[in-house]
Amino acid sequence: MLPIQTNHVGHSLIRIKSLCKSYNLQDASGKTVTNQVLFNIDLIINQGEFVAIMGHSGSGKSTLMNILGCLDTPTSGSYWLSEENVATLTNDELARIRNQKIGFVFQGFNLLKRVTALDNVATPLLYAGVGRSQSRKQALELLRRTGLENFAMHQPNQLSGGQQQRVAISRALINQPPLILADEPTGNLDTQTSREIMLLFQQLNRDQGITIVLVTHEDDIAAYAKRLIRLKDGHIIYDKNNDNEAILDKLS
Amino acid sequence: MNLSAIIGEALRALRQNRLRTGLTMLGMIIGVAAVILMLSIGQGAQTKINQTIAEMGSNLFIVVPGATSSGGFSFGSGSIRTLTIHDAQAIAELPTISATAPVISGTAQLNYAAKNWSTLITGTTPDYFSVGNWKIESGTFFTESDLRSANRVVVLGSVTAQNLFSDEDPVGKTIRITNRPFLVVGVLMAKGQSLTGRDQDDNIFIPITTSERQVTGNQFPGSIRLMLVQCKSADEMDIAEMEITQLLLQRHRIAKGKENDFTVRNLTALADVATGAAKVMSMVLGAIASVSLLVGGIGIMNIMLVSVTERTREIGIRMAIGANQRAILTQFLLEAMMICIMGGLIGLLLGIGGAWVVSQVADMLIVITLGMIGLAFLFASAVGIFFGFYPAKKAASLKPVDALRYE
Ligand SMILES: Nc1ncnc2c1ncn2[C@@H]1O[C@H](COP(=O)(O)OP(=O)(O)OP(=O)(O)O)[C@@H](O)[C@H]1O
Ligand SMILES: [Mg+2]
Repeated sequence: MLPIQTNHVGHSLIRIKSLCKSYNLQDASGKTVTNQVLFNIDLIINQGEFVAIMGHSGSGKSTLMNILGCLDTPTSGSYWLSEENVATLTNDELARIRNQKIGFVFQGFNLLKRVTALDNVATPLLYAGVGRSQSRKQALELLRRTGLENFAMHQPNQLSGGQQQRVAISRALINQPPLILADEPTGNLDTQTSREIMLLFQQLNRDQGITIVLVTHEDDIAAYAKRLIRLKDGHIIYDKNNDNEAILDKLS
Repeated sequence: MNLSAIIGEALRALRQNRLRTGLTMLGMIIGVAAVILMLSIGQGAQTKINQTIAEMGSNLFIVVPGATSSGGFSFGSGSIRTLTIHDAQAIAELPTISATAPVISGTAQLNYAAKNWSTLITGTTPDYFSVGNWKIESGTFFTESDLRSANRVVVLGSVTAQNLFSDEDPVGKTIRITNRPFLVVGVLMAKGQSLTGRDQDDNIFIPITTSERQVTGNQFPGSIRLMLVQCKSADEMDIAEMEITQLLLQRHRIAKGKENDFTVRNLTALADVATGAAKVMSMVLGAIASVSLLVGGIGIMNIMLVSVTERTREIGIRMAIGANQRAILTQFLLEAMMICIMGGLIGLLLGIGGAWVVSQVADMLIVITLGMIGLAFLFASAVGIFFGFYPAKKAASLKPVDALRYE
C-alpha cells in the first residue's frame, strides 16, 4: 500500500478508510461466489482539488465513484463526506446529500428524456423544495452562463452530445454543490468537445473552488487534473500531484 | 419537493404517454360508469317500491277467508265465504285497531254516453279510502249515509275516469253500471301499479251495501271477499294480529286444533320483504359493477408496474439528483390516482348519461344520489391508491446505483 499524499491544501472533503466492496454473484452451478472489486482503499480528497482517477476497464473506478456519490454502499470500511459518516445516514439524508453536496456528470449524460434542457437543469432545485418558476429562473441563468440559453426549450434528443453534457453539468451545478463527480464525462464526445468540457471543469475548479473527481481512460484528459490516482484490480497503485498540468486558458 | 411540483412531474409523465394513459383510463371509465348505472337502476327500483308501499297505507293487515294454504297467500279463493261485514265491524271495535274496510268485488260493464268500459268494481265502506291511503283528485269519497241508504254513488279510479270521460269532468255526471244509473261523486288520484304489478287506478268504488243488493249480488248475503284492517301503531302490529285471530276464532266458534277458516296477513311485513329484495338486487348489481372497477384497477397496476420497469433509469437519475423515496413514491402514486380520478370523472358523466338513456328508453325510474357519486369517486380513488401503491413502492425502494445501471 502506498502512503497517502498529504501535501494538499484545504481541509478534507472526502475521507475514506480501508474501504472494501464486493459483489455476490451466482456462478453457473448456482453457487454464490463473492467478487471483491475494491480492496482496502484509503483516500483523502480536500476541498478545491481536481482529481483524475484512471485505470483499466474493470479496475473498480465506477464502483468507487458510486460509493463516493452515495449511490452505493461499501461492504466494509468508512466514508466521511464533509465530516458526516455516510454509513450512519438515513435514505432521506443520503438523498439530501446527493441533492445539495454532489453534482453528477455521467458518460451517457443521463438527462431526463422528453424533458426540456431548462426543466432538466431545474429539477434538482424542485427536489430541494424550491418552487417551479423560481427553479426555472435559476436554471435559465445557469444555461445562459454555459452558453445554452438558445437551447433551453430543446429536449435532450434535439441536442448534440456536447450540448447535452453541458446541460448535465449545468444540472450538476444548480444547487452549488462543493463536489462534482464525473464518470468518463468525455467518453462519448470527440476531442474538440472533450477539450471544451474539460475547460469548463477547470474553470469551475479554479474560479469557484469546486472539488472535482473525474474518471477517465485517456491520459490527455487526465492531464487537466491537478492530482492523478491510478487504480489496478481494486487497489490504488499511484497517487501523485500532476506536475505537467495542462492549462486550457487559450480556448476561452 | 413540494406537492405541486410532484403533481407537475406526474402530469408530465402522463402526458408523455397519452395513448397508454388513455387506455388505462378506459378501464376506470367503464368501471365507474357501470357502477353508477347499476346503482342508479337499483336505487330507482327501490324508490319505486318504497313509493308504492307508502301509497298502500301503513300498518295494514289483510284478512281473507279460508285457511292458509301451503301455496301461500291468495286474495280470497272465491268459493269460501266465511268472513262477514259483521266480522269487520267487530274487529273495528278492538282497541288496537283504528279502522277496517270490508270488500266485495267483481267486474262490471260501465257506460257513459257512447263509451263502454269494463272494469273491476269494489264494494266497500268509506273507511276504505283512508285505510288504503287513497287521495281524492276531484269531488268527494262516498259517505256513511251513502252506505246506510245504499245510494247509487260511485268513486272512479283515475284510469277508468280517463277512459270514460277523456277531458270531461266526471263529477256530477251519471254513468250506468250494469245498466243502473250511478252518480259520480269523486275521482281518485292516480297510484300506479301495486307491488304485484296490477294497475290500481283502473277500478271503481261503490258502497258495499249498494253493491251487495244491486250490482255484484251475493250468493251468501253479508259475506265479504276480504277486509283491510288498519292498526293504530306499528308497535302494536303483533298484539293486533293476535287479537284479530282470537276474535275471529271466537266469532266463528272454531274449536282448538281445528283449522282456521280465515287468514290474517301482515301487509307491512310483506312490503318489508319486497323492500329487502330490492335492496339485495341493488347490492348484487353494484357488486357486479364493482368487479369491472376491480378489473380496471388491476389494469392500472399492470401498467404502472410496466411503467416502473421501463422508467427504472429515470428513477435512478431522479435519485442521483436528489429525489428521496417519498418523492418517487408520491409521483408514481399520484400518476395512478390521476388516472383513476380523471377516469372516474369521465365514467361518472358517462354513467349519468347512460342512466338517463335507460330511463328514457326502458321507461324506468332511475335515481342518482350524491352519495352514489361520492361512493363511485371514493371507490375509484381507493382503487388508485390500492393498485398504485405497490408499483410506486417498488419504484421508490430501488437502490439508486441499480436503477441507474438498469438498461
Ligand atoms: N452490480 C454488479 N454486480 C456484480 N459485479 C459488478 C457489479 N458492478 C460492477 N461489477 C464488477 O466490478 C468490477 C469493477 O467494475 P467497474 O464498473 O467499477 O469498473 P470500471 O473501472 O468502471 O470499468 P470501465 O472503465 O470499463 O467503466 C467489474 O469486474 C464488474 O464486473
Ligand atoms: Mg466505469
